Amino acid sequence: MQPSGYGRRNPDRLDATFAALADPTRRAILARLATGEASVMELAAPFDMSQPAISKHLKVLERAGLVSRGRDAQRRPRRLEPRPLAEATGWLEAYRRLWEGNFARLDAVLEELKAAKKPGRSKR
Amino acid sequence: MKNSGALKVTAQSDREIVMTRVFDAPRNLVFDAYTKPELLKRWLGVFGGWSMPVCEVDLRVGGKYRWVWRNTDGREMGVRGVYREVVRPERLVNTEKFDDPWYPGESLITATFVEQGGKTTLTAIMRYESTEARDAVINSPMESGVAKSYDKLAELLASGESQRNERT
Repeated sequence: MQPSGYGRRNPDRLDATFAALADPTRRAILARLATGEASVMELAAPFDMSQPAISKHLKVLERAGLVSRGRDAQRRPRRLEPRPLAEATGWLEAYRRLWEGNFARLDAVLEELKAAKKPGRSKR
Repeated sequence: MKNSGALKVTAQSDREIVMTRVFDAPRNLVFDAYTKPELLKRWLGVFGGWSMPVCEVDLRVGGKYRWVWRNTDGREMGVRGVYREVVRPERLVNTEKFDDPWYPGESLITATFVEQGGKTTLTAIMRYESTEARDAVINSPMESGVAKSYDKLAELLASGESQRNERT
């Protein structure tokens, strides 16, 4: 019963990932980058925000390893690094799914208990 | 009517996991299902070949519990712990330690049951001894072969997008 996978990754990075994802603007930036790389100016365009403000968000994302810089020295495009995000979502998702299954079965048990309490219903 | 409230799972502080879930039942029933062996055996961890042949519960402060799951493929998994607080039907605090631990140390689980309009909100806070323990706990031996992260990535990105700009 060897645990495999997500438990072995770096917990510090996981924390940085969650912290970076805690902000809606940063999630929107990631969503934009998921469609392809973009310059800071392009990223700032849809937001009611200055480029320095966007740059600040980008720095947080870069530190968390979620975003990297492309080669073009002029545009300095940012691109999505999907790996840490996948690790973070996978990490919680496995746990969530395990408990979702437990609770779905618990729902069924509760339905039965409720039915058994109602008068006029036969309990089994 | 069958309610399947959405399960919320979040990482809290550096060594906790918090789950919340609404059940369409009064809390005395949910509490029963959480503490009575004949009920626990029917829902907790019993899937994919696992059953729970041993389920002993001594429900009082300082009382112990002992649960063992067995898989049709021969694997076994046991856990034990002590009830620290028992406030029926609103609060349950217990320790948890697996026989063959896949996370280091012991954890402390605080479950609260809040009833409103015939529905019960369960909040369970799992506190681990370290961040490493918390992060390892996700890899339950029961849940093998988990990956799927990239689907989730897409979903997460989509939700981030819709949150920010209602349209694009």
